[in-house]
Amino acid sequence: MNEDKRHIVSLLVENEFGSLSRIAGLFSARGYNIHCLSVAPTSDDSISRMTLVTYCTDAKSSQLMKQLDKLVDVINVKDLTDETHIEREMLLLKVKSTLKQRDELKRLTDIFRARIIDVTDTTYTIELTGPTEKILAFIDSLGKIKIVEQVRSGALGISRGSESLEIKK
Amino acid sequence: MKLSGSEIIIESLKKEGVDYIFGYPGGAVLHIYDALFAAKDIKHVLVRHEQGATHAADGYARACNKPGVVLVTSGPGITNCVTGIATAHMDSIPMIVISGQVSRQYVGSDAFQEADATGITRPICKHNFLINDRESIADTFRKAFIIATTGRPGPVIIDIPKDLTDPNVKIDFEYKKNIKIRSYKIKTNEDENKIEEAAKILCSAKKPMIYSGGGVILSKASKELIKLTKLLNYPITNTLMGLGAYPSSDDQFLGMLGMHGTYEANMAMHDCDVLLAVGARFDDRVTGDTKQFCPKAKIIHIDIDPSSISKIIEVDHSLIGDTKKILRKLTSFSSKYKKNINRTAIEKWWKKIKSWQRKNCLSYKKSKEVIKPQSVIETLHTLSKGKSFVTSDVGQHQMWVAQYYKFDKPNRWINSGGLGTMGFGLPAAIGAQLAYPKEQVICVTGEASILMCIQELSTCLQYGLPIKIINLNNRYMGMVRQWQEFFYEGRYAMSYMDAIPNFAKLAESFGHIGMVIDKPENLENDLKTALNHKNRLVFVDVITDQTENVYPMIVSGKGHHEMHLAPSANEDIELA
Ligand SMILES: Cc1ncc(C[n+]2csc(CCOP(=O)(O)OP(=O)(O)O)c2C)c(N)n1
Ligand SMILES: [Mg+2]
Repeated sequence: MNEDKRHIVSLLVENEFGSLSRIAGLFSARGYNIHCLSVAPTSDDSISRMTLVTYCTDAKSSQLMKQLDKLVDVINVKDLTDETHIEREMLLLKVKSTLKQRDELKRLTDIFRARIIDVTDTTYTIELTGPTEKILAFIDSLGKIKIVEQVRSGALGISRGSESLEIKK
Repeated sequence: MKLSGSEIIIESLKKEGVDYIFGYPGGAVLHIYDALFAAKDIKHVLVRHEQGATHAADGYARACNKPGVVLVTSGPGITNCVTGIATAHMDSIPMIVISGQVSRQYVGSDAFQEADATGITRPICKHNFLINDRESIADTFRKAFIIATTGRPGPVIIDIPKDLTDPNVKIDFEYKKNIKIRSYKIKTNEDENKIEEAAKILCSAKKPMIYSGGGVILSKASKELIKLTKLLNYPITNTLMGLGAYPSSDDQFLGMLGMHGTYEANMAMHDCDVLLAVGARFDDRVTGDTKQFCPKAKIIHIDIDPSSISKIIEVDHSLIGDTKKILRKLTSFSSKYKKNINRTAIEKWWKKIKSWQRKNCLSYKKSKEVIKPQSVIETLHTLSKGKSFVTSDVGQHQMWVAQYYKFDKPNRWINSGGLGTMGFGLPAAIGAQLAYPKEQVICVTGEASILMCIQELSTCLQYGLPIKIINLNNRYMGMVRQWQEFFYEGRYAMSYMDAIPNFAKLAESFGHIGMVIDKPENLENDLKTALNHKNRLVFVDVITDQTENVYPMIVSGKGHHEMHLAPSANEDIELA
């Protein structure tokens, strides 16, 4: 209860000028961290869907939910952490690939069901989607292979089953 | 009807029933001022500094429960408003601030007098808008008023680029009253079962306590609060922001609680077994050490803002919604369960409270040599029959008003509780006086605070506002001095107000009446003279005891039962 734990939060917000800074501002003003954040419009382009991950106690997260809900631009908000949900993150990774390492890289991408999406004579660029743990495990497995550049989308979350984050009228 | 952007703004304000705008002109709002010039129904009050405009609008709102409206220019106009907006925000005061912005084509180019108004004000307001097109002006104004005045109220800023107010471009105007804001919801949980449950808990108490705050005043629920408290015959305390919601002269009232609250209120908080918190937010100046807060109590909390529930103190039972409505239902359920009340326990509880009251914690050493600040407030109370609107600044004088001016009605006590803004008192008095031109408005201030917005004396002359300013002049930033005496071994770093002006002459130079009272024997008569000037502003410089402290006092981080009492309090009262 009093220990920080990972919370993954889903939000529907008005796709308006300043919405994002209101949310980001709330985190800094109230002393929360944003571990990662992703935003994109939904099928209704006046609404954006956000997923963010923060580390805090359960008590602080319930206060955070209320504070987010209080923002005028927030249409709906939900902490997905304690319900069954699916998380995906995308990784774009550029690695050095010497001739010797190419086989090893190919093998690892296959094991993790990643894809090599760009090749030069010195680098491979690999795409991988999956839960955050899988992304981390993949990066870990590279061992001595040198990472040139690493881009992660941050987690996206959606609840399982027929549940959805609705637009309350 | 085809109107320009400026005309739409004025018409929107009329539709909202706005009678006063507090403002200051400048380049970006000149089109709006030109439209205002033609408007008959709205009066504009020209302040002398934009901070004054925000505090005046705030004082107006606090006095009459209507949103205060501010109009300022871009850049320095809006940055000068920051303190006033934050002040209103912390105390949940409805306010609309209209700020001009540079024309759209220049936004983002570091143009002359450009400041990111929405960026700057974002963390200190309930919401803000930057208008992007003429067509949305009317709707934005309606939304701003809805947001500012409903739910937990607060300030809303509307930033409008100058080109959108161009008098030569006219569009159709329609004011839609029933506009929907998809993402703005006021969450309530006024479930009857939960309210009934609360009534049961209340009626099962042996040592009950009611603690109410500014929310009661904001939701105009004073009558409902009195009704419930009377029905139950339970003791009640008010926060600094809640004073007046329950009549101070009533026997069930234990005075203010918290850092400078009364002994009886704080002890009763510490000892109670059921606490009903109404429209209060467990501010740290109220709770002291949260770990020691009401250690034995089951807590019921009524509030409109879900995020206030269990934010500071974990509560057992929450009722989210309009305080007025919930109090009404709670009262009717309580009459049903009233028969369950353990009358002997309650009688015993009252006995204990009476024994705490015998400490006489607000007693102070009287003097024939120096004027005691407490006696100034007591005299003011007597002379004004406790009926005045009293504004204050921040410091010892503010606490003494809270303690000694026994407010019997809501909205009469106007002070910056949350942000604690020095400079608030005089402009707030302007707002209150305009809201109630026939009522007596008194601003109790300190020689340090008053200098922060002294320029508004000029505004008072222009609008003929007969405010009475009572300056408790202790030649110190008294509250700072008190902390330095207690916690810094008397090292009075920068708390002495050197080079103090001659306030009476200063007031005279602004065209008002200035007075000095420096002898206790003149206090009553001279104050009477001052208050009797019905049509003039009188600045009364009262030279008070330099060393007086505010008691009782709970040191930050201590529990309610660990109060410092005044040396004059009855130490040897036997406690039941
Ligand atoms: C704008 C602002 N700056 C600083 C403070 C900190 N502060 C709180 S009380 C106080 C002293 C006020 O002195 P005075 O107005 O003379 O009142 P007194 O305490 O002497 O009654 C100060 C500096 C504040 N509350 N507001
Ligand atoms: Mg002083």
